[in-house]
Amino acid sequence: MTSEPEITSHVSERREEVFRTEGLTKVYVMGEVTIHALRGVNMALYAGELTVLLGASGCGKSTLLNILGGLDVATGGTVRYRGRDLTRAGERELTRYRRYEVGFVFQLYNMIPSLTARENVAIVTEIAREPMTPEEALALVGLDDRMDHFPSQLSGGQQQRVAIARAIAKRPAVLLCDEPTGALDSKTSVGVLQAIENINRELGTTTGLITHNEVIGEMADRVIRMSDGKVAEEHRNPSRRPPAELSW
Amino acid sequence: MRALNRKLFRDLSTLKGQVAAIGVVIAAGVMTLIVFMTTLDSLTLTKDRFYRDFQFADVFADLKRAPNSVGERLREVSGVNHVETRVHAPIRMEVPDFGDPVRGRLISLPDGRQPNVNRLYVREGALPEPGRPDQVAVNEVFAEAHDLGVGDCLTVIIRGSMETLAIAGIVLSPEFVYQLGPADLFPDYERYGVLWMNERALANAYGMDGAFNNVVLTLQAGVVPGPVIDSLDQILAPYGGIGAYGREDQMSHRFVSDELDQVRAMATILPAIFLGVAAFLLHVLMGRIIRTQREQVAVLKAFGYTNGEIAFHYALLTGVIVLLGSVLGILLGAWAADGLARIYMEYFRFPEIGFRVRGWVIGLAVAVAGGSAFFGAFAAVRGAVKLPPAEAMRPPAPERFHRGLLERSPLWRFIGQPTRIILRNLSRHRMKSALSVSGIALSGALLLVGSYQFNAVDHMIDIQYRLIQRMDVHLTFTDPTPERSIGELRHQPGVRYAEGYRSVPVRLVNRGASYQTSILGIEGDSSLRGLIDRRHRPVALPPEGMLMTDYLADYLGVFPGDQVEVEVLEGHRRTVSVPLAGTVDEPIGVSAYMDRRALNRLMREGPALSGAWLLTERREERALYGELWRMSRIASIGLIRDAESNIREHMEETVLAFMAVALLLACSIAFGVIYNNARIALAERMRELATLRVLGFSRGEVAWILIGEIALLTVIAIPLGWVLGTLFAWSLSYAMSVDMFRIPFIVTTWTYAFSAAGVLVASFLSVLLMVRRIRKLDMVSALKTGE
Repeated sequence: MTSEPEITSHVSERREEVFRTEGLTKVYVMGEVTIHALRGVNMALYAGELTVLLGASGCGKSTLLNILGGLDVATGGTVRYRGRDLTRAGERELTRYRRYEVGFVFQLYNMIPSLTARENVAIVTEIAREPMTPEEALALVGLDDRMDHFPSQLSGGQQQRVAIARAIAKRPAVLLCDEPTGALDSKTSVGVLQAIENINRELGTTTGLITHNEVIGEMADRVIRMSDGKVAEEHRNPSRRPPAELSW
Repeated sequence: MRALNRKLFRDLSTLKGQVAAIGVVIAAGVMTLIVFMTTLDSLTLTKDRFYRDFQFADVFADLKRAPNSVGERLREVSGVNHVETRVHAPIRMEVPDFGDPVRGRLISLPDGRQPNVNRLYVREGALPEPGRPDQVAVNEVFAEAHDLGVGDCLTVIIRGSMETLAIAGIVLSPEFVYQLGPADLFPDYERYGVLWMNERALANAYGMDGAFNNVVLTLQAGVVPGPVIDSLDQILAPYGGIGAYGREDQMSHRFVSDELDQVRAMATILPAIFLGVAAFLLHVLMGRIIRTQREQVAVLKAFGYTNGEIAFHYALLTGVIVLLGSVLGILLGAWAADGLARIYMEYFRFPEIGFRVRGWVIGLAVAVAGGSAFFGAFAAVRGAVKLPPAEAMRPPAPERFHRGLLERSPLWRFIGQPTRIILRNLSRHRMKSALSVSGIALSGALLLVGSYQFNAVDHMIDIQYRLIQRMDVHLTFTDPTPERSIGELRHQPGVRYAEGYRSVPVRLVNRGASYQTSILGIEGDSSLRGLIDRRHRPVALPPEGMLMTDYLADYLGVFPGDQVEVEVLEGHRRTVSVPLAGTVDEPIGVSAYMDRRALNRLMREGPALSGAWLLTERREERALYGELWRMSRIASIGLIRDAESNIREHMEETVLAFMAVALLLACSIAFGVIYNNARIALAERMRELATLRVLGFSRGEVAWILIGEIALLTVIAIPLGWVLGTLFAWSLSYAMSVDMFRIPFIVTTWTYAFSAAGVLVASFLSVLLMVRRIRKLDMVSALKTGE
């Protein structure tokens, strides 16, 4: 724990910090049990990097990502986004943050079932500043031939690619993906990861990706390992492996 | 917001069953208010317009005979506007192709002009030409009942002499909007008619040359009738005046206002109940529908939609449903109101219907229905947006389940898992279960309040004609007649039994309150006229003192033992004091009763009769009427059988027509609510049910979880619905009590059974529709979507 700031400062020398958390805690009261999901997290995400957050289920990585994405609020500590303190942001400011800055991909896609693929993307582009068209976004994830299908007519992998298109169509500064391949088989997963990698490389979008799958860590610039609500370890890959080479 | 709007319309079409059901609830709520308020409004407007345009009199007076010069003195009374002195003559008529006795009244018209007071509306033809002694104008209802037209002839017996009169015109009068024979409770258009003829001709025929026996007058604006009535009484007393009276006591007006009071009572109570119930249900239903979209709300928030935008989206969703329901309710309401107003116009004769749907009525209806729907929707949206999106997307924390009383009981061991799920769900979600139960119970209550009057009306008529009026024929004499005339009647063909009665028109006064009615003098041991108490037990007629209906005693504020002031309105006017000996409970009419001989003593007369009641053989009726018809002292012959069918018809066409509309609405609401309840229960349980299917439960077992829950809620709700419905029915009965009749507050077993059956049928149909959905339940996809 004491060594953490040292590690992060060591890695961050040359790069611009997009996120920086200090002593982040989160406590849930779920029914009769109290869960300490985060117990003092210190970490950072850097501009243009693809960072993978690794950890077993229940280690707090989803909670961390939700707080970074403005979907949840911390119980204690601070989160800074480009120097702005998100923990002090009000409802209105968080909404604007989610609207203009962040693209989010959920493990279970969270499609609006009554809208087609194109419309699921449009629902985001219609409220964004200078978005790409839904068609462009879907083309980026290779789904230009399925734009008028409803979620129920798409496979899980296809739905997740729509979700990615939906997340990046607004040209967000940050793309946050919560177990994007958690519900998919390895072959389909590779397609989805390629889409994410592609976005990160081509658009330079700062990307945070959560997974419990060690292999996926190899495609990252940097891997942060979490366990029991804290950052356990952090390392930089010498080079990113293309998703196509990954298998599990 | 194009994509969001598309979501709106797709959601609406996916939810179309529920949207339709909620729309129906809104429509029914809006419709009740519009139907009742608009009918009331239309009738009031029509009545006021007719009264105003046709100079309906403010004060009326009958007398024996006064020379026309007295009319001048009446015109000089301060506050009087117009005066018409008239000749009134009771008549009997013979109508072609109609065998029954027909009575009527002839009223004089100033030769060659419309009267200044109680002007006539000419529907067809014209008023009698000046100087023509052989022409009459006929009241429309009578002409319609006998299919009479302009040019047809009538045989009329005026003071024993027969005249043939030609119909010059068919007319309407503000005085006879509700045309009623003198002793009748309900109109009989075939056997009673009002005719008008030129004054000179009628005075001549009735022996009233240069004289009058009836006065009607209007007052100047702002003048109260009291002092004018007193002046009139003073002036007319020497001429056999039996007391002037204001509009409030005028027969037709009283019935019209009674009826309007009843409509007003229904127009207040029913919409309050229906709209109130609809509002409550809408609140619950919209809330629950939106709660099923909790995750979608969270996703929209995660994309950066503001709370305002999300609220607006659901406001639109609610708005579209409210709009659809309201438009339907307004259209149906206006249509039904027009129909009901027309039904009333059959009874109340006005020249035209002033139909009007007021903006504020629509506004109020839509505001109440819409307001509650929005309120329910917003409460749910607020609940969903209040949470950070990440939390809203997570499944709600498993609820707290404890082992309760039930689980500790020895019975628990014998209950299977699916049934345990039902019991636990219901007992843990107490609020939700309570809301579902109240929704279903309120539906049952509406069914009860919408249907109880059908049985209650039957019951009321049965009491009146089985227990109270047990005679077959009701005769009135032209003048008080010695009691020996009963002997003569007993010898007429087909008469099995005859009994005399005395009836004296009076005004009963106690402190400020007064009521014009008549005291009926009945034989002490009467076998044809029953007097009963609240529990239908016979009440003995005291040898002295007076009985009255409890409604009247209530109205006057008198109790048994009190002295009641009696102003006699027949013969010589005087005021006496009579003790109230007790009360009787009668659903129809407002009368007072005395022993016949005691009444004779009160009148300072010998044993005289005003009329007689007969029990007759039906097959000899024709011969009997022929004989009675020839007796000059008989003024009217009334058949109780006809009266009974008249009142039944009247009730069916007025009160029950309203109740039929209410019942239809109650059925729609009940189905709408119960269907929605089941539908939402299914939506909320979808994952749980799919999980159970995956775990190997059969479709039947899974369906049972849903069916069992609905069945249990329904069974709990039915008795609660009875209690609520009985309360509603009681308040409606209480508000609807008027002079003419009081629908007793009786909720029969049938009504309770109907309410329960309605709820059960709606539940059964809803369950059938749900089972179809469970059959189609796709385990995998149901588990995949969602959290």
